[in-house]
Amino acid sequence: MKILQFIGEYILLMRKVFEKPKKMSYFRKQLADNIYELGIQSLLIVSVISLFMGAVLTIQTTLQVESPWIPTWTVGFVVRQSVVLEFSPTIISLFLAGKIGSHIASEIGTMKVTEQIDAINTMGINSASHLILPKIAACCIVNPILVIISIFLCLFGGWFSCKFMGTIPPEQYFEGIMSFFRAYDIYYALVKTFVFAFLIASISGFCGYKTEGGALEVGKASTQAVVNSSFGLLLFNVILTQIFLG
Amino acid sequence: MIEVKNLYKYFNNQEVLSDICTQFEEGKTNLIIGQSGSGKTVLMKCLIGLYKAEKGSILYNGRDLHNIGKKEYELILQEMGVLFQGSALFDSMTVEENVKFPLTMLTNQTEKEKDMRASFCLERVNLPNAHKLYPSQISGGMKKRVAIARAIALNPRYLFCDEPNSGLDPKTSLVIDHLIHEITAEYNITTIVNTHDMNSVMEIGDTISFIYQGHLWWRGTNNEILHTDNVEVNDFVYASKYAKAMFASQKKQQ
Repeated sequence: MKILQFIGEYILLMRKVFEKPKKMSYFRKQLADNIYELGIQSLLIVSVISLFMGAVLTIQTTLQVESPWIPTWTVGFVVRQSVVLEFSPTIISLFLAGKIGSHIASEIGTMKVTEQIDAINTMGINSASHLILPKIAACCIVNPILVIISIFLCLFGGWFSCKFMGTIPPEQYFEGIMSFFRAYDIYYALVKTFVFAFLIASISGFCGYKTEGGALEVGKASTQAVVNSSFGLLLFNVILTQIFLG
Repeated sequence: MIEVKNLYKYFNNQEVLSDICTQFEEGKTNLIIGQSGSGKTVLMKCLIGLYKAEKGSILYNGRDLHNIGKKEYELILQEMGVLFQGSALFDSMTVEENVKFPLTMLTNQTEKEKDMRASFCLERVNLPNAHKLYPSQISGGMKKRVAIARAIALNPRYLFCDEPNSGLDPKTSLVIDHLIHEITAEYNITTIVNTHDMNSVMEIGDTISFIYQGHLWWRGTNNEILHTDNVEVNDFVYASKYAKAMFASQKKQQ
């Protein structure tokens, strides 16, 4: 029953969110600010995670396929497929659900409990659209870019482990990551990331917007945003994988 | 002028406002007073459109807030300036950006015109040198003044102040009270102040509506409130020994 109420309220809020912004010039400024805050400021940590993830994945894959029957370049192929299809879009999005989700929910939640949202409403401005729409748009633009960067850095991390830790010969690794490439896989990864970005920003915005009370409730909203958006993301991961690859 | 007719508001089937009928006059500082939990803030939130009343009507110069189209409703909201209890300044913006916000969102003024208007409003509230400061860098009294500057930026017809003195020292409270009173007379606006501060009542209260347990219990002026024989009003006005002594001497003088 609670889930149905949550979904119902979420849909009603989204109807308000997707109204035309009052001032397009101000919306563009907010969009640029949010791209910087939610995207560019996540770049460093996404890069670090991706590099290490790629290196570890390469080492572990090498251990799993150590057999005279399997050519060494298979490691590169498996690493690329894992990174493109799952690791970068899903793991990075889950990480962003924690970082961006809590940021959005606590920012909007604090504005709610300190009457800043009421102040916007009493000016005749649609506060839901004013606050949440630029964040959704920013995430939908910047998250796919972050995931593309993550894919490259994961593969670079794999090469690094080959070159400096002697996992497999780097030439074999390169041969693997260049084999049987399908552009469709990239398309699938980007569509997935786009949907995840929408879910993260909209669910977190919803959790923040519904906050009532004080500092304690802002903290709870922030936690709820991470949990709910992660759950939504995992659910849609199954649905989208079935649709695109099933 | 704002007229409130037979206004009812319920929360979870509990009556919070009951049959409120009153009017707030133009060019005057209209005070809503009452104990904590009496329904003052709910009435204020109904007036500014944050709560929708279950029954009754609120007329803004004859325009019913609940029976008009979306465009006209937004137009009425844009004629309002609201000073919230906690000031409700946007933390991420400087003082100047806060004052310019309604101008940016609701007018087509150029950057220069907005700068001039923001400077004028900030000077009007005696804050000529705070443009580049953030809300976290200024005092509570200054925050209230910035909030007033933001509220008057669009030349409102109606000004709402929810407990403008809360958390302020008596001297700063007086400054804020006088500022609200002066602005009301200067621009001939309908000002409604929600308070339980008797100093404000005596200083700036042109008309006073006393709310008791969700009902409009008493209405009059700040002179009349000292002479009323209404038990609940007297309980409120003369709640402390100091108030008893002070207002008794004022009564004698009158």
